[in-house]
Amino acid sequence: MYTASDLRKGLKIEIEGAPCIITDFQFVKPGKGQALYRCRIKNLFTGASVERTFRSVDKIDQPNVEERDLVYSYAEGDHYVFMDPKTYEQVTLGADVLGTARLLLTEDLPVRVVFFNDRAFEVSLPNFVEKRVVTTEPGARGDTATNVMKPAIVEGGYELPVPLFINEGDLIRIDTRDGKYDGRIN
Amino acid sequence: MTQPSSPRPALRLRAQTLRALRAHFEAQDYLEVTTPLRTRAPAPEEHLAPLACGNGCWLRASPELYHKRLLAEGWRRLFEIGPCFRAGEIGPRHYPEYTLLEWYRVGADYRDLLAETQDLLRAAAQAVHGAHRWTYQGHALDVGGPWDILRVSEAFQAAAGWDPAAAFDPDRFDLDLVERVEPSFSKTRPTVLMDYPAPRAALARLKPGDPRVAERWELYLGGIELANAYSELIDPAVQRARFETARAAQARATGNPPLPLDENFLAALDTGLPPCAGIALGVDRLVMLLTDAPVIADVLAFAEPD
Repeated sequence: MYTASDLRKGLKIEIEGAPCIITDFQFVKPGKGQALYRCRIKNLFTGASVERTFRSVDKIDQPNVEERDLVYSYAEGDHYVFMDPKTYEQVTLGADVLGTARLLLTEDLPVRVVFFNDRAFEVSLPNFVEKRVVTTEPGARGDTATNVMKPAIVEGGYELPVPLFINEGDLIRIDTRDGKYDGRIN
Repeated sequence: MTQPSSPRPALRLRAQTLRALRAHFEAQDYLEVTTPLRTRAPAPEEHLAPLACGNGCWLRASPELYHKRLLAEGWRRLFEIGPCFRAGEIGPRHYPEYTLLEWYRVGADYRDLLAETQDLLRAAAQAVHGAHRWTYQGHALDVGGPWDILRVSEAFQAAAGWDPAAAFDPDRFDLDLVERVEPSFSKTRPTVLMDYPAPRAALARLKPGDPRVAERWELYLGGIELANAYSELIDPAVQRARFETARAAQARATGNPPLPLDENFLAALDTGLPPCAGIALGVDRLVMLLTDAPVIADVLAFAEPD
């Protein structure tokens, strides 16, 4: 349990059975009245934000949140199998939890997964992943100066704009934070 | 905190504000006094934690009780500008050590102090901005025009749909005040919220003819609570009973033994405090408003929280 004086920006708390994070926090105290803690709270499952004011006597649930470092093994239909490198335990995550991240997985890629009551709700990939281009229009030789892009599909099915000089079979680096092309690996 | 590369103008404007405040009180024949920072018996308030400073002493949260003892001694107009302390209060508008202006006037009531506060804020604005209008956080404040004067009952009925003077609910009162009532105030005109429910009288007398409410008002400007005024309670028996209630509630909330009662102050009430009114105004917050500072730390020479 947290008390109101533990509250701060960035703290994860549990509200009505859902893991939430405090995104804004302010101490207020009306004259001769009690101390109040005004918080803006984001539900980590739904992404929805609400304002909530706590009194100093209020108790706030601590969410049972656990972060685990796993590595990607293989996919079985809509299920993605990861392994805990310390215990060799297998962990299966659904496509709904992974979102587009599922298209950027490569074998043995390390990922960090956040669980709430053993239910995974957030997966973060390394900032950059390397993928081979499987489909794109033939490259325009010498055109490395312009910002013109063309569509490409990489292994795993992720589709993104790439520069004109990229060819099928090229290995490229993708920034997983914005999903954009970051460079060609020579 | 980043190191400023040039002296902060807020500190000069702060000094200018203090000069304007003192000039007002000097012109009105007030005596400036310096009362103790340390006390063996802080005024008990349910929701206020005094800061202990060793040797059985606390640092004051207000000089109020000392001022009333001076009034009982025969002084008629007093003011003080000085540091006050509250444990654990830190936020954009709170700092554990802050500067309070308090003034007391024999023969006046809370309405008289409202008129005087209007003069004082106009004088401060004139001294700093050369005008009664200036901009605070994007809003054009105007202390020279009409002020909004609202009773707590009507403000709550309009913004929160209930009347705390008819049936008081302390939790609902604080939450609705912060979440509904205060946000309904004008962004440009000063707002005075007056006639608080009797359970929130603090050291104010109850209104003659309507004991459900106390003669107390709070001033808001630019969304900031700036000052708190009373027609002072002078009845020693009622005062003792209120202190007992407040210190019992405080002890329950903190788990600490009840604070000692200020028997010197209560004895002064027994010998006779003349009818009077008093007010506390947050000087740091006034300087925030006058210098367009979003947070209190901007107007303090040093803000180095523990």
